[in-house]
Amino acid sequence: MSKYLFNRLLIAIPTIFGVTVLIFLAMRVIPGDPLQLIVSESDGIYVLSEEELQALRASLGLDRPYHLQYMDWIAQVISGDMGSSFWNKEPISGMILRRGPISAQIALMAVLLSWLIGVPIGMLSAMWRNTMMDHLSRVGITVFIAVPSYWLGLLIILFTVLVFSWRPPITIIQLWEDPLGNLSMTVLPAMALGLGLSAGTARMARSAALEVLFEDYIRTARSKGLRETLVVWRHVFKNAMLPVVTTTGLALGGLLGGAVSVETAFAVPGLGKLLVQGMTERDWMMIQNLVLLYGLIYVIINLLVDLSYAFLDPRIRYE
Amino acid sequence: MATTSPPLAEPEGITLDIEGQRPPFIRRFSDSVVRFAQSSPIGMVAVGVWVLMFIMAVFAPILSPFDPLEADYGAIRAAPTTEHILGTDQLGRDLLSRIIYGARITLIVSITAVFIGDLIGFVWGIASGYLGKRFDLISQRVVDVLMSFPGLILALLLLVVLGAGLVTVIVAISVTRIPSATRVTRSVVLSIKEMSYVEAAKMIGASNIRIMVRHVAPQVVAPILVVATLHLGGAIFAESALSFLGMGIPPPAPSWGNMLGGVLAAAFRPPWWLVIFPGVAITIAIMAANLFGDAFRDFLDPKLRQRID
Repeated sequence: MSKYLFNRLLIAIPTIFGVTVLIFLAMRVIPGDPLQLIVSESDGIYVLSEEELQALRASLGLDRPYHLQYMDWIAQVISGDMGSSFWNKEPISGMILRRGPISAQIALMAVLLSWLIGVPIGMLSAMWRNTMMDHLSRVGITVFIAVPSYWLGLLIILFTVLVFSWRPPITIIQLWEDPLGNLSMTVLPAMALGLGLSAGTARMARSAALEVLFEDYIRTARSKGLRETLVVWRHVFKNAMLPVVTTTGLALGGLLGGAVSVETAFAVPGLGKLLVQGMTERDWMMIQNLVLLYGLIYVIINLLVDLSYAFLDPRIRYE
Repeated sequence: MATTSPPLAEPEGITLDIEGQRPPFIRRFSDSVVRFAQSSPIGMVAVGVWVLMFIMAVFAPILSPFDPLEADYGAIRAAPTTEHILGTDQLGRDLLSRIIYGARITLIVSITAVFIGDLIGFVWGIASGYLGKRFDLISQRVVDVLMSFPGLILALLLLVVLGAGLVTVIVAISVTRIPSATRVTRSVVLSIKEMSYVEAAKMIGASNIRIMVRHVAPQVVAPILVVATLHLGGAIFAESALSFLGMGIPPPAPSWGNMLGGVLAAAFRPPWWLVIFPGVAITIAIMAANLFGDAFRDFLDPKLRQRID
């Protein structure tokens, strides 16, 4: 296990290096430099003279060679300094600390919801195969996999506005400050994200449970007279869960991306909203560091998912 | 070999009329369509939905009752009436016409992006899997890096750099399809590489290029086609989400995604028709793509299922 852990960590290092290089190349080299993005975007609104541009470049360190700029950036990030917003000079690390918990909470609640809904539906659907319940749930799964999460969010807002004349709050309320206010802000976005995810979970749980149901040890368990509930809980459920963990892990990438659009739909002040805002305002330091953050989170999640397989299924080994 | 081989039969006597035994392409194609329809009626329905979308896209000028870009300030945010069947948007443009024209963008973006991305993944995956060694090692680390971003975030990053627009959206979405296409292709190639006919081709001195093109690539066509159909739904979602976020297809061009952007922000009483109809169009398109992808996968190779999930 420790060798596996070591190997897996070793392979993550070049990946993270590549991630930083890709972001740096995208932000600095392709458009010329970040100021080019801002200037070209705002034709006629925000005009800078050539001297002003040069001065600004020098003050931001953008006139230095690329490799020095790259190393500066990495050194900054490692020391925890994320720079500040180009427009209002607010430090980015502060914004991440304030908004990050909201985004993380929504994502975790969505995963939890997808398990609470998806696993029971998938299991029941497999056990009552070809009954009305199974057909209904399969139709539901097909529909909810296709529904875009941000549109589901819009539908939920539409419903609450039309029926209750209520809009979710859009100020930052942390869970530890005001739990109720926080939940009223996060529950609906988590629902919009989680329902699509639970369809994927249910689909996987159903096919995994179906595979397990025909295993010899299930027949053995039944023929030795074990109660059906025990067969289901001890044997079917336990063995069907590994693929479910796998799909959840694989779905987390889509979840992080989907959360950006869902946060925008609900105007939730999370990281995703911040990223979109930074992108529309061409706030390049913000874009660069937030995309890096998303990349790092995703690399770490993938690492944890891989480790969890090895933990859950001792037969899996990494060569 | 000292023994003399028996004299061969007269060459004229054994010529096989191969072309004659093989029915023409159209016949083979229509036969496969019939077999596909028999194997999966739902898949055929999904194909029907896509055919309808094609008709909508091609004949948009004839089918749509209004100009999709023409503002009518007398009818701003009008609820559905007999004149505007699906209502009008914040500039008084007819929603039905915009949805019909929107099918063009959805189809162009999703099909082109999937084609380009999966073609690159196909070629790259074959080269990486077959050549192996250092090229494979470096390729796979690059794929790792591309896979280290959630797809939508990578597409957003590319769009910031390249700027919003039809072509850049296609480029951004196709890049996000490359890693999985490469991985699937490579994994199939790794098993084909060990086949004896590849070994035989190597023995008689065929070049690497020839083996990859003539012997390996044909075996990967079926899996990559399945991957491509399964990618379609994701590409439609990506286009709509990017346009919804204001980073994709820029207004006033009608895309189903950008029609949803900001619809609930401005109005005091939310215009439900502006929320519901474009979303229904997106959902139906994605659902049809997914159902066709699943049916196509089971049709081509029922065993493929495990390899792709």
